[in-house]
Amino acid sequence: MSIIEINNLKRDFIVGDETVHALRGISFGIDAGEFVSIMGTSGSGKSTLLNILGCLDTPTSGDYIIDGVNAATLSRNELADIRNHKIGFVFQSYNLLPRTSVLENVELPLMYNKQYSARQRREHAMEVIHRVGLDQRIHHTSAQLSGGQQQRVAIARALVGDPVIILADEATGNLDTRTSYEIMALFQELHASGTTIAFVTHEPDIASFTSRTIKLRDGHIIEDSPVQTQNAQAALEALPKNEDY
Amino acid sequence: MNLSNLLKIALRAILRNKTRALLTMLGIIIGISAVITMLSLGEGVKLGMTSEFSSMGTNSIMVMPARQQRGGVDMGNSTSKSLDEKDLAALKKSCPHVAAFSPSVTSGAQMVYGSRNHSGSVQGCSPAYLSINNYSLERGLMFTDQDVKVYSKVCVIGKTIVDELFPDGTNPVGQTIRFGNIPMKVIGVLKEKGQGSFGNDADDIALVPYTTVQKRFLGINYFQMLEASAVSQEASEAAATEITHTLRATHGIGNPDDDDFEVRTMDELLTSMNSMMSMLTLLLTAIASISLIVGGIGIMNIMYVTVTERTREIGLRMAIGARQRDILLQFLLESVVLSLIGGLIGILLGILLSYVLATAIQSGGDMPISFVLSYSAIGLSFVVCVAVGVFFGWYPAKKAAGLDPIQAIRYE
Repeated sequence: MSIIEINNLKRDFIVGDETVHALRGISFGIDAGEFVSIMGTSGSGKSTLLNILGCLDTPTSGDYIIDGVNAATLSRNELADIRNHKIGFVFQSYNLLPRTSVLENVELPLMYNKQYSARQRREHAMEVIHRVGLDQRIHHTSAQLSGGQQQRVAIARALVGDPVIILADEATGNLDTRTSYEIMALFQELHASGTTIAFVTHEPDIASFTSRTIKLRDGHIIEDSPVQTQNAQAALEALPKNEDY
Repeated sequence: MNLSNLLKIALRAILRNKTRALLTMLGIIIGISAVITMLSLGEGVKLGMTSEFSSMGTNSIMVMPARQQRGGVDMGNSTSKSLDEKDLAALKKSCPHVAAFSPSVTSGAQMVYGSRNHSGSVQGCSPAYLSINNYSLERGLMFTDQDVKVYSKVCVIGKTIVDELFPDGTNPVGQTIRFGNIPMKVIGVLKEKGQGSFGNDADDIALVPYTTVQKRFLGINYFQMLEASAVSQEASEAAATEITHTLRATHGIGNPDDDDFEVRTMDELLTSMNSMMSMLTLLLTAIASISLIVGGIGIMNIMYVTVTERTREIGLRMAIGARQRDILLQFLLESVVLSLIGGLIGILLGILLSYVLATAIQSGGDMPISFVLSYSAIGLSFVVCVAVGVFFGWYPAKKAAGLDPIQAIRYE
C-alpha cells in the first residue's frame, strides 16, 4: 500500500530576478513499511523535497499525496494538522525544548491534538519512551542527556502521534560514529516493527542501513534502487571497542 | 492546545527568566501601585472631608455680611454691619426650610480662674448654636433665650478650656471664670468634639449669649455672622434661597449685584470640594498611568526579544502541528500573564502604600483623611493589565505566529 505518492513534483523559488528550479519534476512513491534514504549533495534539492514531504512547504506544481490526502492543495492550518497527525520529524539538532523534561518533550505533539486527554497523552508518551529505551530518564531535562539520548527523545516525540511516516533530516549528523550506529539500530528496530521511515542523509554508510535509496542531483532523481541492507547492530559490534571518545 | 496548557507554558516561560520578568514588570508594578495609591488617597480625603463636614453639620448655612460697593467705590469690610436683630426677626418668620438660627459674634478674651489663665475666643451665640454645629453637653445646661434677652454673664465651655483652667479635675459647673474683667458663671461643659474642619481645635471654645458679647465685650449691636441649619441637607438650597430673598426684602435690595450679604451652605461647599478633589485625583491618576504605558512598551520590547530567542522553539512547535493561532495565543498569554503578575504585585504594593501614606497623613493631623480601599480601582487595574498585556503583546505574538516554520526550525 502506498503511503506517499509524488507525481511530477516541481518547486521553483524566485530569488531576485532569477527563478531557481529546486525540483524539476520528480515522481516516486513510498509504500507502507519501507525504510527509504534520500541522498544528494547540497543544492540537489533534497532539503526542498523533505520540506514538501513534511508538509512544511507546498509544491509549485505536481501532486503530493500522503495517506490519501493531496497536500499540495491544503491551507496552512490543514497542513499543520497533517503534520500533527501523519508525520513525525527527527531533526539533525534534536530541537528539544530546553529545561523541559523528557516526558513533556515527548508529550508535546499530542498537546496540539484535541483527541488526546491528559491521561492518554501520558500513557502514549510513556509507551514510546519505553520503545526508545529511556524509561529511566523521563524526568531528566535535555541538558542532562547525551546527544544520543536527546536524539532518542526526538525519535520518541516523532513516534508518539502514531504517524504514517517518520521523516529524519540528517538525524545522525551531530553524532559520533558509534552513537550514529546505535541510532540507526533503533531505526532498523522501528522499521522491523512496521514503521515507515524516510531518512535524508549525505553519508553513504548511513544510507546502507536503509532498504532503498533515492539519489537526487540538480532537482532530478538520478537513481532509485534497493539497497543491500547492512545490519546496524552488527556494524556497531564490529566497531573497535576501546575507541576513546 | 487548551487554555490551561497554554497557561502552564506561559508561566514556565516567565519563571525561566525570573530576573528579566521582574524587571519587565517593574513599569506595570510602579504604574498600577501609583494609580491605586492616588485613587485610594483621593477617596480617603473625600471621605475624611465629608465626615469632618458632617460633624460640623452638613445642613448648616452661613450668612455673612459682604463687602459693599457704593457707586463703584469699594466701601471695605468696615461697612459690613448689615446683619442685626431686625434681620433675625424677619428671617425667623419667613424661612420654613430653616430649622434654627444663631447669630454669631466673637471676641478674643483672656480667661482667668484662680492662678490659671487661658487665651481663647468667646463665641457669642443663641442656644440653637449647639444643634447647628453638632455640639452636645457633657454636663450642666445650655443658656436659654431668657439669658440672651438679659445679657446674662453665663458661659458653656469646651474641653480644652476645662483642661487648661481646671487641671485638677474640679467640676467647672458653678465656678466663675473671669473673661478679662468680666466674671462669668460656668453653667455647662461641652462634650469633646476633637479637631475642627480646618485643623482648628473645636473644643477651645466658650459659648456665651450673643447679646452679652455684643453689649459687654464689643459694644456693638450688629452680628458678625448668622449661622443657621436647614431642616435637612437636601433642603439646604431652598433654605439658602429663602434667606437670600428675606434679607433682600428687609435690606431693600432690588439688584442681586448690590447684595450686602453672602449666603453659603455647607452642602455647596462640600460639593465643590468633592468635585475639586475628584479633578485632582483624576489628574494625578492620569499622570500615574503614563507609567503603565511605559511598562507596556517594556513588555512589548521583552516579548520581541523572547520571540527572537525562541524562534527554533516556535519552528519546532509548528513542525509538530501547532497552528498559527496556537503560537499567537501562547505568546499573547505570556505577555498578559506577565502584565497581570506585575499588576497583582502593583495592587498589593499600592494598597500597602496608600495605607502607610493615609496613616502618616492622619498622624500629621493637617488633613482629614481616612484609609479607603478603592475596589473600583482594583477592578480597573485588573482590566487595564489585561488590556496592556494584549495590546503590547499583540505585535510580538503576531510576529511569532507569522514565522515560516522551515526557516524558524533551522534558525541559529
